[in-house]
Amino acid sequence: MDKSMTSAAEAVADIKDGASVMLGGFGTAGMPDQLIDALIAQNVGDLVVINNNAGNGETGLAALIKAGRVRKIICSFPRQIDSHHFDAAYHAGKIELELVPQGNLAARIEAAGAGLGAIFTPTGYGTLLADGKETREIDGRFYVLEYPIRADFALIKAHRGDRWGNLVYRKTARNFGPIMAMAAKTTIAQVSEIVPLGSLDPEVVVTPGIFIQRVVAIPQASGALA
Amino acid sequence: MSRWSREQMAARVARDIPEGAYVNLGIGLPTKVANYLPMDREILLHSENGLLGMGPAPTPGEEDWELINAGKQPVTLLAGGSYFHHADSFAMMRGGHIDICVLGAYQVSTRGDLANWHTGEPGAIPAVGGAMDLAIGAKETFVMMELLTKQGESKLVEACSYPLTGLRCVSRVYTDLAVFEVGENGAKIIEAIDGLDIGALSKLTRLHLSE
Repeated sequence: MDKSMTSAAEAVADIKDGASVMLGGFGTAGMPDQLIDALIAQNVGDLVVINNNAGNGETGLAALIKAGRVRKIICSFPRQIDSHHFDAAYHAGKIELELVPQGNLAARIEAAGAGLGAIFTPTGYGTLLADGKETREIDGRFYVLEYPIRADFALIKAHRGDRWGNLVYRKTARNFGPIMAMAAKTTIAQVSEIVPLGSLDPEVVVTPGIFIQRVVAIPQASGALA
Repeated sequence: MSRWSREQMAARVARDIPEGAYVNLGIGLPTKVANYLPMDREILLHSENGLLGMGPAPTPGEEDWELINAGKQPVTLLAGGSYFHHADSFAMMRGGHIDICVLGAYQVSTRGDLANWHTGEPGAIPAVGGAMDLAIGAKETFVMMELLTKQGESKLVEACSYPLTGLRCVSRVYTDLAVFEVGENGAKIIEAIDGLDIGALSKLTRLHLSE
């Protein structure tokens, strides 16, 4: 079994127009920039993207939005000081926004990965973001019914991986990576280094390889470099 | 009218955070509370993007852009701190493991409803982030805000007119003029700036207050 790919371009080659794509990252930390660059280069569009934000600055998701490839974004916090490409697309009516509280976003992604049919969450109860949704009182507390969020692909960034797809992450670049890896049909991880089997301590593997379909080494994107 | 500065408000909140507490400080004014946490207490700061035991900003030149806080600014990790993924991070909130969160607000109602995520203005891009999870998840939710808007309207209100973040979730409101306890018994004055009595505060807020 060898899940390693020779390039980012090879890793994303079968992502087609209209695909749903989870992108790891909280702001720029954990954003798989090189996989996104490869996606932009192969000219796919009409994408539904799931990420915490809606792009920062000029790289990663911001570049994908700037290139006009995103039809809809599901996220918790689009409006930021450096989200100008999203802001412009939104005000021009070129991108659809589905706003989800951050913890519900994480829980719905995790539910998809865990094979659950739905979850009851207390977050958002009684607010605009739960309008029209089914609610239930359980043990004196009120909950909102929310459905899993799954995707055709997840593109994530980790620190090190092996050819079976076992991953360890780096600091707060971990964020959505481990749960998105579980929730997509095909998960592609860019890592700074592919190491031999057995060299990742099994006690500290964060994402077991079963959740990963492809790994690609992007050495120049390693470590603390943004 | 004299008022507490933002620094004094932060110091006042910090005084109420006990030894051993797990605390989440919201973006903006609440972030200042970190500067006033008593050195003799071990208090662990949580950041929604996956860390516990958050330390101060790094010295210039030492920034690591994979070690950031919820406001996406570089931070450090204290010895004994840890990293985790987003589902775990929000389980810490929603599951009631975080003792105290401190948030900013547009409005708080006397029964503890919070409005802090959206002005509802046409054309404004809504953004919620972790506010709804924090507000209802932490064991106690403190709000820090100026008591009055620039137009002199009270932000402590009978019922919020801005879109709600959470229902009956706030327990305490720290303002530049007074500190209030809020909840099912309404708003109670805990402390007020010198010279501001219940009569004056009731007039400013147009609320029925107790003390």
